[in-house]
Amino acid sequence: MAKQFLSGDEAFAYGIRLARPHVISAYPITPQTIVVEKLSEFVEDGSLKSEFIHVESEHSALSCAIGASSVGARAFTATSSQGLLYMAECLPYAAGGRFPIVMMNANRSTALPWNIYGDQRDSLSQLDSGWIQAYAENAQEALDLALLGYYIAENKAVSTPFMANLDGFVLTHTYEVVDVPSQEQADEFLPLFETENKMSLEKPKNLAFSAGPDTNSIFKYKEHIGILNAKSVIAEAEGKFEAIFGRKYTGLTENYQTEDADYILITLGSISGLVREIVDKLRKNGEKVGLLKIRYMRPFPNEEIAQAVKNAKAVAVLEKDISFGNEGAVYTNVNSALQKAEINIPSSNYIGGLGGKNISPQEIEDIFAEIKSGISDIKFLGIGGV
Amino acid sequence: MKPFLREKVPVNFEDVPDTTSFEAGYLVTKNAGWRNVRPVIDTAKCVGCLNCYLYCPDGVIFKKDGKVAIDYDFCKGCGICKKICKVQAIELEAEK
Repeated sequence: MAKQFLSGDEAFAYGIRLARPHVISAYPITPQTIVVEKLSEFVEDGSLKSEFIHVESEHSALSCAIGASSVGARAFTATSSQGLLYMAECLPYAAGGRFPIVMMNANRSTALPWNIYGDQRDSLSQLDSGWIQAYAENAQEALDLALLGYYIAENKAVSTPFMANLDGFVLTHTYEVVDVPSQEQADEFLPLFETENKMSLEKPKNLAFSAGPDTNSIFKYKEHIGILNAKSVIAEAEGKFEAIFGRKYTGLTENYQTEDADYILITLGSISGLVREIVDKLRKNGEKVGLLKIRYMRPFPNEEIAQAVKNAKAVAVLEKDISFGNEGAVYTNVNSALQKAEINIPSSNYIGGLGGKNISPQEIEDIFAEIKSGISDIKFLGIGGV
Repeated sequence: MKPFLREKVPVNFEDVPDTTSFEAGYLVTKNAGWRNVRPVIDTAKCVGCLNCYLYCPDGVIFKKDGKVAIDYDFCKGCGICKKICKVQAIELEAEK
C-alpha cells in the first residue's frame, strides 16, 4: 500500500486501474473529466491494459459498456449530471440485462439554470433505473468503492450494475491523502470476472431479447431480488475488504453517536463529514445528537434506518435534492422506512446545497435546534441570502 | 439457422431465465396468428434474385434446397415481397 495525495476523481481512477476492466468507454463531462483523463493516461503509459473507447456521447458510453459486458468483459464508464440523463435510456437496459458494469457518477446539478456544481439531483432522479447506488464521503471511500463495486455487482446472485456517486467538486476536485493498495492486494480481493455471457460459437445466445406480458413480471421480480441480494453481498465484500486492506466499512448505513441520540440527522455523501463535526461540538455541550449516514440508496436500508432511529425523539433528512412538487426523494424513502417499522416520530426535510451552494456549520446546528421543536417540516436552505 | 421453437413459451418462475442473455429462441414461439393473407412463391417463375429477402421487414425469406422459401411461423402477411418481386412470382392467398 502506498500513500498518495489524490483528488476524488483521481482516487477513483486508481481504484479502477486496480480493478483492471477489459473495456472503458466514457465521454468527459465536468466534474467527472479527470477520471476519464487519468484512465486514458494509464492506458497510454501501459500501466492499465484496457480497451479505451472514445465515444461520441454518454448514451454511447453506456451502450458500449453494455455491449462489452454482454459478451463477458469487465466494463467501466463514468459520467455526471446531464450526461447521466443523456444515458438514462440505457440505464434500465444495463440493469434489466443484469450486466455488472461499474459507473462513477460525479454528482452535479441539472439544468436549467445551467450549473456545473454539485448536488445530488442527477443520480437521485435515477433511483428507479435498477442500479445499485452508493454515495462516497471522501476520496479513500471513492477508491475503495471502485473495487467493492465490481465485487458486489459481479456476484452471480446480484448481477446488477453499480453506480458510485461522488459529490461534484467537493469530492471530485479536492485533494487528500489516499491509501492506494498494491495490485497484488487488489487481485486477491477481486477475482477475475466469471460470467456465462460469453461470445461463443459452440453455445450461441440470444442477447437482450424481448419478453412479453406473460414473462415480463418474472424478469422484473428477479431483477428486484438481485438488487436486494446485494445487501448480504455488500456485507460479505466489506468483510473480505477489511481482511485484506484493513479498512472497515459499515454496510448500507453508518451510524455516528446514534445509540443514545434523541435527535438524529440523516444525510448522504460528503456533507456527512461536516455533520459529524457538529455532532461532536453539540455532544460537548451535552446535547444527545447523532448522524445517520446513508451509504447506499439502492438497495435501500429500510431496516438499518429503523433500527438506528427507533429510540430517537425526532429525525431530519438533509439532502441535495428536491422532487419538485413533493419533497426530497431521500426523505420520502426514509419516511417509508419509519412507517413500515411503525416508528411515529417527527421527521423533517432540509433541502440544501443545490447547485453547489455551501451548507454552513451554523445551518447544521440550526437544523438540530429546529428539530427539537417536534414539528415536521420541509425547508429549503440557502434561499434567504445566507 | 432457425432456433428450436417450443409449442409454448415457458412462463413458470423457475423456467424463466435470470438474465436476458440466453439460449436463442428459448422465449420465442410461432408469431403469425394475425396473418390474413399468405405470400406463396411460384418457384417456376422465381429467378432467385432475393430482392424479397432484402425487403422483408420480418426477415422470414430464406433458401431451402436452393429455392427461395418463406417461414410461415413468423410471416405477418404484409405483402411487401409481392410488391417488390420483379418477375411476379409471389401471390397472396387468403388464410382460411
